[in-house]
Amino acid sequence: MATALTSERSAELRGFRRVQRLAYECAETVAAQLQPGVTERETARMQREWLRERGVRDWFHLPFAWFGDRTAFVGFRIPLQFFPTDRRLEPGMPFILDMAPVYEGFTADIGYSGSLGVNQVQHKLMDDLQAHRELILREVRERRSLREIYEDVDRLMVRQGYANRHRAYPFGVIAHKVDRVRERRWSPRLFGFGTQSLKGLAADALHGHREGWSPLWSPYRFSDHPPRPGLWAVEPHLGFRGTGAKFEEILVVTDSRDTEESAFWLDDDLPHVRRWAEEK
Amino acid sequence: MTVLTGARERWVRTGGVELCVAELGDPSQPTVLLVHGYPDSKEVWSQVAARLADHFHVVLYDVRGHGRSTAPQPLRGGFTLEKLTDDFLAVADAVSPDRPVHLVGHDWGSVQSWEFVTVKRTEGRIASFTSMSGPSLDHFGHWIQKRMKRPTPRRMGQLLGQGAKSWYVYLLHTPALPEMAWRGPLGKTWPRILRRMERVPSDNYPTSSLPSDAAHGAWLYRDNVRSRLRRPRTDAYAHAPVQLITPLADVFLSEQLYDELELWAPQLTRRTLPAKHWVPRTRPDQLASWVAAFVRSVEGGRQEPRATGRYADRFGGQLVLITGAGSGIGRATAYAFAEAGARVVAVDRDGEAAARTAEMSRLIGAPDAWAETVDVSDEQAMEKLAEKVATEYGVVDVLVNNAGIGLSGSFLDTTSDDWRTVLDVNLWGVIHGCRLFGRQMADRGQGGHIVNTASAAAYQPSRALPAYSTTKAAVLMLSECLRAELADDRIGVTAICPGFVNTNITSTARFTGVDAEEEARRQKRSARLYGMRNYPPEKVAEAILRGIVNNEAVVPVTPEARGAHLLSRFAPGVLRRIARVKPPV
Repeated sequence: MATALTSERSAELRGFRRVQRLAYECAETVAAQLQPGVTERETARMQREWLRERGVRDWFHLPFAWFGDRTAFVGFRIPLQFFPTDRRLEPGMPFILDMAPVYEGFTADIGYSGSLGVNQVQHKLMDDLQAHRELILREVRERRSLREIYEDVDRLMVRQGYANRHRAYPFGVIAHKVDRVRERRWSPRLFGFGTQSLKGLAADALHGHREGWSPLWSPYRFSDHPPRPGLWAVEPHLGFRGTGAKFEEILVVTDSRDTEESAFWLDDDLPHVRRWAEEK
Repeated sequence: MTVLTGARERWVRTGGVELCVAELGDPSQPTVLLVHGYPDSKEVWSQVAARLADHFHVVLYDVRGHGRSTAPQPLRGGFTLEKLTDDFLAVADAVSPDRPVHLVGHDWGSVQSWEFVTVKRTEGRIASFTSMSGPSLDHFGHWIQKRMKRPTPRRMGQLLGQGAKSWYVYLLHTPALPEMAWRGPLGKTWPRILRRMERVPSDNYPTSSLPSDAAHGAWLYRDNVRSRLRRPRTDAYAHAPVQLITPLADVFLSEQLYDELELWAPQLTRRTLPAKHWVPRTRPDQLASWVAAFVRSVEGGRQEPRATGRYADRFGGQLVLITGAGSGIGRATAYAFAEAGARVVAVDRDGEAAARTAEMSRLIGAPDAWAETVDVSDEQAMEKLAEKVATEYGVVDVLVNNAGIGLSGSFLDTTSDDWRTVLDVNLWGVIHGCRLFGRQMADRGQGGHIVNTASAAAYQPSRALPAYSTTKAAVLMLSECLRAELADDRIGVTAICPGFVNTNITSTARFTGVDAEEEARRQKRSARLYGMRNYPPEKVAEAILRGIVNNEAVVPVTPEARGAHLLSRFAPGVLRRIARVKPPV
């Protein structure tokens, strides 16, 4: 029985890992094709088409692309501003690609930061994100409350001299739960978010509300609970004077008593992780 | 007699006159050619030339009819821009036959240099041009015509304003009178007038040739102004990179003259400084540093300017020292200056945080940034810092006394130790900074600016912050007094009163009269409240830079700080009522 459960779980994780890899592959391919003058809309479309060709039919959310100071969400007041615009990419400009495809019922939500040519500020931001990845995993394994972890990440950002830009996301979340999604022939979307995924999130929110937890990892009181087992798409987003950088990937939280097993990153073979390893 | 010590002199003969040319520095280095204005001789550049001579081959010459150069015969028609261009080419060929020269002109030296840099026959002979206080007559002509043709109220205002500033030009067109005045009483009193009106230092300049310089130089105007303004050339495009240095308090030239200069000189680098007309004498350090930086950038292939901040024209290359630069407002201020291209000294008692600020500053545009670990309340450490900064980095142009700590709790619960700590940092830190660096600025005599971070608590009384408010009120008054005292030295002093700004001052503040646990709770609570207010320190930094540029005395920043500032003047009773409210922490 136990082995059956384990194998089922590992098969599930393999599915999530597969779609996350696919998404990162898409990000790297599209990033390599970016040229001066390309717009955010065109970039978002490139991502969408690339994934569609490889069998993606549903989305947690449609691909985003942010260029220049939009990577740091400068002047963002309403959520509609997250959607791709006609801003054109220029040499040296930072960019962020963010997409959440659903593939064979598994969801990924990834963020990829880069720049067209050299951008030393973003380079530095990416370097400094490593400490956040380590901090988050460590404190989740310690079973600290999500709100506390959020505040610790905040403090680390301030010490590094950066602004917290995930605060700009809806509900100011640094992470949210993702789950399996039933595949339907028709998958409508609401403001770029897949209705199936939204339904899952809403169901979680309802359960959580009754049981005292939330699928949104925010700075608010409703996140004042230990990490809930499941898959969390974690997205710390640093901003520094008009330049932003983030990564987003899935953190697996389990109810295991073993520290290592209680929480781990779904995949360690990702562009930003490889980058940190190479620089050492 | 010359004030150019160590200069090698030679004579260049051209078009019927003999020009006196002086050279300093290593001739194998890039040549910087300094052209003087009216009524001056090449010695006006002596301070600037001495500073540039360490790195460049510096060449100066007396314009025909000035200093020890001879005057053309007859005078009428002998000072046309064409003849002045001949002179320039002759000098350039003599001192730097193989390489183009870097031109620097002030006043009429700049007017004629604009001619040099926009005519065809000098192409390839000029590598760069730094202009100060002297527009091209052709550009000026177009500027006037444009405003005459479509006279909007603003344009008419600009026209009349510059028209009034040009009063001396009309006088110089009268026959014989200017000559008589210069050779008579005006020539004698001129040095005194300059010292009084322009606050130039009293040294052995102007030279004894002043009366004849000024008398001959009147022909510069008579031979060129009317003809050029009436029929300005339409092809006066600069064929070399131009750096424009605009003194903002120039009584002869208004800033708006250069409004559309980019049309004539693409890739224009703009610089502004708060000074009057005779900048070569009043601001030699700043000019030498800007000229050197510009020449180097041109010689090095002219990379894109990294400093893109709003005030890059003002703070580019300046030395700025900020205390408490490891976090909050201090750090944001350091970054704002870095974006404006200033060199930054980040001082903090947390060395690691200061180093981080310096590192990031370099990334975003500071040509240089250093971190210093100093506690501002430590007098000896501050003295050491002042000495080190002066010897290693130079005299500070802008000082921001920002370091401060929070202390909250009722007066009756505040111990004398608490008082001492908060006074030491918040007041004594500022006093040490002003005393040590203010002295250096005043001794240099080339202006500067001091910013002290006070607080809205300086005029908003409160039962929760008696000690903190007292220190900040003291800082505010200190700034006001210092402003009065240093005004004569052209050093501005600004007090910043931020208000509730989201920084970590809340989580390090001391709360008196409660145990450690309660203190931690209150720190957290106030940090959360400030977080909800969420006024970013970056906006305070912006206000600081703006306050310096406009030389404001007191700058309240957040809306509540501005509101309280108004109330403190018109309805202090309301503030006293507010002061009695217990804060929700």
